[in-house]
Amino acid sequence: MTRDPIIRLDHVTKDFRAKGVTVHAVDDVSLDIGRGEIFGVIGYSGAGKSTLVRLINALERADSGRITVNGTDLAGLGEKGLRDLRAGIGMVFQHFALFSSRSVADNVGYPLTLAGWDKKRKQARVEQMLDFVGIADKAQAYPSHLSGGQKQRVGIARALAHSPEILLADEATSALDPHTTEEVLDLLKRANQVLGTTIVVITHEMGVVQHICDRVAVMEQGRIVETGDTYDVFARPADPVTRRFIQTALRSRPSPDTVGRLHSAHPGRLVVMTVTSDSLDSEAFNLARIAQSLDVSSSIVHGSITEVANRPLGNVVVEMTSALPAGDGERAIDALLERLSRDGISWTDLGTADHPLDDPSWTDLDQKEDLR
Amino acid sequence: MTPLENTWNDWLTQTFWTRLGETLSMVSATLLIGGLLGLALGLTLFGTRRGGLIENRPVYAVLSVIVNVVRPIPFVIFITAVRPATIAIMGSSIGTIPAIFPMVIVCTVATSRIVEQSLIATDPSIIEAGRAMGASRTHILFRILVPEALAPLILGYTFLFVGVVDLSAMAGVVSGGGLGQFALSDGYRKFNDLVTWVAVAAMIVLVQCVQLIGNGLSRWVLRRR
Repeated sequence: MTRDPIIRLDHVTKDFRAKGVTVHAVDDVSLDIGRGEIFGVIGYSGAGKSTLVRLINALERADSGRITVNGTDLAGLGEKGLRDLRAGIGMVFQHFALFSSRSVADNVGYPLTLAGWDKKRKQARVEQMLDFVGIADKAQAYPSHLSGGQKQRVGIARALAHSPEILLADEATSALDPHTTEEVLDLLKRANQVLGTTIVVITHEMGVVQHICDRVAVMEQGRIVETGDTYDVFARPADPVTRRFIQTALRSRPSPDTVGRLHSAHPGRLVVMTVTSDSLDSEAFNLARIAQSLDVSSSIVHGSITEVANRPLGNVVVEMTSALPAGDGERAIDALLERLSRDGISWTDLGTADHPLDDPSWTDLDQKEDLR
Repeated sequence: MTPLENTWNDWLTQTFWTRLGETLSMVSATLLIGGLLGLALGLTLFGTRRGGLIENRPVYAVLSVIVNVVRPIPFVIFITAVRPATIAIMGSSIGTIPAIFPMVIVCTVATSRIVEQSLIATDPSIIEAGRAMGASRTHILFRILVPEALAPLILGYTFLFVGVVDLSAMAGVVSGGGLGQFALSDGYRKFNDLVTWVAVAAMIVLVQCVQLIGNGLSRWVLRRR
């Protein structure tokens, strides 16, 4: 469990009833979010992540369970207490939710007006915030004259104006193009590093998690199916849903179609090897040398490696062949794979062109779909 | 032209200006009072709706029924039907000032729906943004929603103005005066079509002016954004 959690959810449940059907939007969720970290909650739409984040600033009230923010149990708060709590938590929205009738400066100054700041102090703070998000020249513009990225910068400046300890970002980049997404994510990261704001990021894009999150929770049907350090979750995803997200983010593991094409081009034994920062350090990754010593020749036929949380991660497909007679050759390749396992390198055997094997990380997913 | 005709024409002209003044005072008083009460009622309707800021289904149901009961009654019937209440509150049921009472009621009810509709059209995420920043419900209603919906509200009130001019024309039934009475008593009943047409023309000019102002104002509000 996290040391010094700023947000703690303990067996929290929230149901919605519509047309006689009960939806468990948040189903027995326990979670600790540490002070000063960027925590991601990822899930498909309808997974309950937006409800989850709204429980934290009590825009939604939990049906059962305990939510503590900064040591305060939310259940004990009345209307006034809730308003104070919310004033200390910034929130950024997917569609920005700016006040179109107010200028950029007035939007950013709004939470300060609520907090009763005097005009001069407010003005100084607004300038400072607009400067921080890099749109100081737009102070007097109205939101409708801004691009999506600029609007979200205003949204972030507004959310941070009152120096909240926590920032909730609900799909903050989902309405933005990839380039703008990156800029906004960098801005969030800077807020975290410079201002020390704890950030909870809700997203359906693993790329967002990959880019800025320290830790991540994967949510499905109201439940948290997996949680951990971003790199660990990416490198060793346990749940099929997580694997699917990572697949779409990294696109490094060959799909069954790709494997089919690889088999037709490369008749030998194909093996997917997962490349992590650990495996790169491992001596066994000097594959060619080890393979040679076992009379196996290996060549990389497919793969990609990227960075997750500033560490390398990816998959490579290696074709292994042996000049030895058929039976001995197979045994030599098996020995090589065993050696890799011993060195902590995870691999998946895709078989040969004549005897192809399925990649369980794909078939898992199909089975899980069938169960639905 | 005989001296008698001259006197008659002078009298008609003078009456026209008096009647126009009565129309203007009835319309402005009604719009002011009914417009404000309607704003309050409209905000209440919007707030108490299902999923609203101060959700209260019974209050919403009762208010909604009252609004729906009053609205379809033809004003010429309504003005006579509420006569006892008019007497109780205004002291009389005849004349310009008493006629304002039923006009205010109808105006309030009509305004409330216009306000409610204008607010529903606002982006619900700004309500959430307000709540997330710790704004109180009344703050959200008056300081966030009303400014956001200002352009449609201005157009709504402009639309209302036409309706209220229409109402004021029927005040003639209870001797409320106004251009309606001018057209009916001095024009129609005396077979003087010219008088009727003058009254019609005056109302058209009045409505056109106000519509122009309303359009201009709402455009100005929108352009500022």
